[in-house]
Amino acid sequence: METPSYDQKVILLFSYGRYILTFLAATELTGGYGSTNIIEDISLSVERGQIAVIVGPNGAGKSTAMKAIFGMITLRSGQICFKDKDISRLPPQKRVANGMAFVPQTRNIFPALTIAENLSMGAYLRKDNITAAVQQIYELFPILGERQNQLAGELSGGQRQQVALGRALMTSPELLMLDEPTAGVSPVVMDEVMERIMEIAGTGVAVMMVEQNARHALQIADIGYVLVQGRNRFTGSGPDLLANREVRTSFLGG
Amino acid sequence: MELLNAAIVLANFIVVPALSYGSQLALGALGVTLIYSVFRFADFAHGDTMSIATMMAIFVTWWLQAQGVGIAPLPIGLLAIPVAAVGTGILLLVIDRLVYRHYRRARAPLITFVIVSVGVMLMLNGLTRFIIGPGEQRFADGARFIISASEFKQLTGLREGLAIKTTQVITFATAWAFMAFLFWFLKFTRTGTAIRAFSDNEELALLSGISPKRVVTICWLLVALSATIAGTLYGLDKVYKPFNYFQLLLPIFAAAVVGGMGSPTGAVLGGYLIAFSEIAITYAYKRVAGYLLPESWQPEGLLQLLFTDYKFAVSFGILVVVLIFRPTGLIRGHPG
Repeated sequence: METPSYDQKVILLFSYGRYILTFLAATELTGGYGSTNIIEDISLSVERGQIAVIVGPNGAGKSTAMKAIFGMITLRSGQICFKDKDISRLPPQKRVANGMAFVPQTRNIFPALTIAENLSMGAYLRKDNITAAVQQIYELFPILGERQNQLAGELSGGQRQQVALGRALMTSPELLMLDEPTAGVSPVVMDEVMERIMEIAGTGVAVMMVEQNARHALQIADIGYVLVQGRNRFTGSGPDLLANREVRTSFLGG
Repeated sequence: MELLNAAIVLANFIVVPALSYGSQLALGALGVTLIYSVFRFADFAHGDTMSIATMMAIFVTWWLQAQGVGIAPLPIGLLAIPVAAVGTGILLLVIDRLVYRHYRRARAPLITFVIVSVGVMLMLNGLTRFIIGPGEQRFADGARFIISASEFKQLTGLREGLAIKTTQVITFATAWAFMAFLFWFLKFTRTGTAIRAFSDNEELALLSGISPKRVVTICWLLVALSATIAGTLYGLDKVYKPFNYFQLLLPIFAAAVVGGMGSPTGAVLGGYLIAFSEIAITYAYKRVAGYLLPESWQPEGLLQLLFTDYKFAVSFGILVVVLIFRPTGLIRGHPG
């Protein structure tokens, strides 16, 4: 018998209650650059329409964990299942084609290309007409529409983040991974970016993000992970973590 | 009248030759800048790529001539360009597969690529000399002049003539047609935008699903086309000799660097700047002075800043000055 697809399994799940699915499940990842391990036995997961937030002190391996999920560093052990398929060995481009998108913390735009070209490059793998998708991005981030023919390199930090998000969304991802989407933007823009991220998750996209601004991010998190020294320290829903005294005093500044 | 005669002398010996030489350099520099923007190294083999491409065009020309084909007043070399470009494209892809890909996969430092390209240069150079020989080949046919100096004198009644060679006009027209195509391709097609994106931020291009293989292939094909056009036009306009093409590397590099490495517009600007400087500095202005200065002021010397044999010193000088005072070039290309 052929293995049923993810969607078929969802139906099966409801009809028989036999399958237990996680949309993205990274289990016991160990790896890093060179011979030293930066992350050890880290497990992270997220479901469709959920926001997962990874917080922790500097050097906790937050970004490395994200890169590991995207296949940008070599794993020494561990497994990554996406839509119920083992993708641990796929190169990053194949993961993009499978529905994953990643916004790195730095160098996340094409500075020498216009905003419109940045977005069109996000849709590079799509065969369909992208005009409607571009319009959606302009509705989500009106400033990008106004400046569509301006070089992305000439924009302010906040606008660059919007271009970066827009480019990633143009791949029409099912899983959106964001590495510090609010780094270097003003508090007003930060609120806006967070709001947009919630909207994106509202459309059924799974969002996994690393945030420096832990308190703010955990407020919108369906699930939160606190990493310390390359390991899982606390895992729980956003409100639970915010209520946890130890988490508050150690990582959220009281 | 004297002023007009002086202007004609300048046009005949500086402007017209510099426009065609500049177009050839611009095409060569476009190739160098394309390679730089995708692979990030300065390709020392580019002069010899142009040389071997021209050699292929010469063989096709000879074959067509033997078949009795002629497109007078245009030279047959023009018909040979597409065929030679395909041959050069295949050659460059084979070299990439056998040589450069290995170093890309090994993530070799950029200086390694430069040295490897010197190796490729020597190999291509040897191959060309082995096949066609080190001597000169003239393969321009068709009408030699659009207007010759004597025709011009008869037509205008001026003492000085302005000669315009067919190959000069063809060079200029073909070069601009190709440049228009290249700029359109890079700006308005999906593949062209992907090449620019790849050149701009390689990691993010991979994260967008842009296939590096495709970018590499298209880039080499564009380089092959530009090198074939540049080399064949240079050979038609002057003469084909492998050593001259090797020497062209310096003014071509100078043009690419002056314009700003990685900037196609800069490469075109740089090509013309280098060509005009080289010709203007090595030209003997005695004849111009003859028209402009009163008899008692006539100079005894040739009024030549630099002897023609030292023309490469001009490119070299400009290169040094630009690298000291404006290393990014006229149009800011890629930082390092």
